[in-house]
Amino acid sequence: MTTISAAQRGAQRERRRMRINATPYLFLLVPLAVYFIWIVFPMLFSVYLSLTNWDGISPIPAPNALSLDNYNRLFTDRDFGVSFGNNVKWMIVFLTVPTTVGLGLAMIFNTDIRGSRWFKISFYAPLILSFVVIGTIWAWIYEPRAGLLNSVIVGVSQLLASIFPFVTPLERGPGWLADRNLALWSIMGAAVWRQCGYVMILYLAGLKNLDPSLIEAARVDGANGWQLFRRVIFPLLGPITTVVIVVSVIDSLRAFDLVQVMTRGGPGGASNVLANFMYIEAFNNYNFGYGASIAVVLLGLSLFIVVPYLYRTVKTELEY
Amino acid sequence: MTDTTYNGQFSPQASGALFQPRRKPLTVRRALLYAGLLILTLIWLLPFFSALLTSVRTMDEISLNGFWRPDLNTLTLENFTQAWEQARVSRYLGNSFVITLPSLFATLFLSSLSAFALARYKFRLALPLYFMFVAGTMLPFQILLLPVFKLANDWKVYNTHWALIIIHTAFQMGFCTMVLRNYMKTIPNDIVEAARVDGCSDFRIYWQIIIPLTLPAMAALATLEFTWIFNDYLWALILVQNDALKPITAGLASLQGQFTTNWPLITAGSLIGVVPTLFVFAFLQRYFIQGLTLGSGK
Repeated sequence: MTTISAAQRGAQRERRRMRINATPYLFLLVPLAVYFIWIVFPMLFSVYLSLTNWDGISPIPAPNALSLDNYNRLFTDRDFGVSFGNNVKWMIVFLTVPTTVGLGLAMIFNTDIRGSRWFKISFYAPLILSFVVIGTIWAWIYEPRAGLLNSVIVGVSQLLASIFPFVTPLERGPGWLADRNLALWSIMGAAVWRQCGYVMILYLAGLKNLDPSLIEAARVDGANGWQLFRRVIFPLLGPITTVVIVVSVIDSLRAFDLVQVMTRGGPGGASNVLANFMYIEAFNNYNFGYGASIAVVLLGLSLFIVVPYLYRTVKTELEY
Repeated sequence: MTDTTYNGQFSPQASGALFQPRRKPLTVRRALLYAGLLILTLIWLLPFFSALLTSVRTMDEISLNGFWRPDLNTLTLENFTQAWEQARVSRYLGNSFVITLPSLFATLFLSSLSAFALARYKFRLALPLYFMFVAGTMLPFQILLLPVFKLANDWKVYNTHWALIIIHTAFQMGFCTMVLRNYMKTIPNDIVEAARVDGCSDFRIYWQIIIPLTLPAMAALATLEFTWIFNDYLWALILVQNDALKPITAGLASLQGQFTTNWPLITAGSLIGVVPTLFVFAFLQRYFIQGLTLGSGK
């Protein structure tokens, strides 16, 4: 008797639960509609466009005219190769320089060093600037004649020449953004300047959440400063390091604004990145189909990091 | 410095005491480290210094005296007034606010709806939808560029502020939903159950219980999102052509094309354009930092 009624109650509860289950969809209705129309659908549509030769103006080609021509063209396009290589360089720099500097700064400022608050503000202040403003400020720093950087270089060379007779003073410094070999690295200088503060903030938050008793235990066991960092603190920061790596890769794939503002990919396409190259192909050359195929390549690259990260998130989420 | 000052912007536990239980005596090594740090910081601030110094000079004077020897008698605020009026920075700045504020409210509101559904209800699609939003925050947005351009044209919002408001609202929804959903998950179930027993409707639970409890996360998100939307350049470049409609980022970029070698004017315009986000940063710094680390918590 009792078991049956319990089962009935269970079924009743189940039915109530099913009825309640319409509510979340009501809450989701508008947000999902907006998200599907403007994010999910465009993403899929980009893949479709990448199989066409659409010019952005005439009607979009029908499904029977699809081909892989754009992708074949990518393989032989020198500009694409340069852009791709530049993205790789960008990623390598982002994975090494701001990460190390940011972690170092976080370790320093996690102590009670005098004035650490002001130091920290100085390092993360660039984060509030738009890339357009950063690009503008740095383009002026790199200006060949009167810019800050070359003023320093020329000034120092003249100073050295006045002390050491064998040094020839420089008349002028390099044309940073106008030089094929320097343009990309110069842009990355500005990007790194901004990124360091970001990494620092992430690591500072991670350090703050470490369990002090573990550090204390290691200290009692006689670990010195470097051992403490290498064997205890850095491993404990693992989750933050994962986030930093993911952020660095994604940000380097997204790189666009600085290149667009500082060089527009020039000189002669030497500082193009994929995002920028795609913009030029689509909006300057009206090769929308080709542009879309470049975007799909970017998407594919990002999946290498997004999928493992999502997989990890799914796993932790299901363990709850 | 005491711990309280240190903790001005971070939560109280651990922090200062973590690596150095008490202030160490000043040694030569520490003094050197400190000096090195000071120099590095000053170098870090050089771009700001360069912009500030340039904005109060004239290009002729810079060319004549060089960057490091400004003639203090000729310093002028002329560049700022010229940027504000002739270079239309006032107009661009106004546009930025017209675009940013509605986007901010819309995205926070819609995200709170979806986050509430994903956090507080058990249903089959809850996790898949959550992961869809998470994935959406990580994808390179270039993949959306061309279809959104086409969509904006089809919907007749191309070259209007509406286009930017819509795309910012939609695009930022992924991140906001993710953050708010995770935050709402931490709200104890008892509170909601108690309200439900009292006959509280689902919408009232959302509006009168969950939303007020989520306000701290909302505040952090809002400061961060304000900065992100305000600083957007890509979408403005793609979706708005008319110069009179451009936000400050796109406006500054076109200023560069217009006044190519007038760096004092361009930097003055840039500095004006920084003021709103600087304001947010100065007064809501704590929230800004919290916001940046919110997304990385999981």
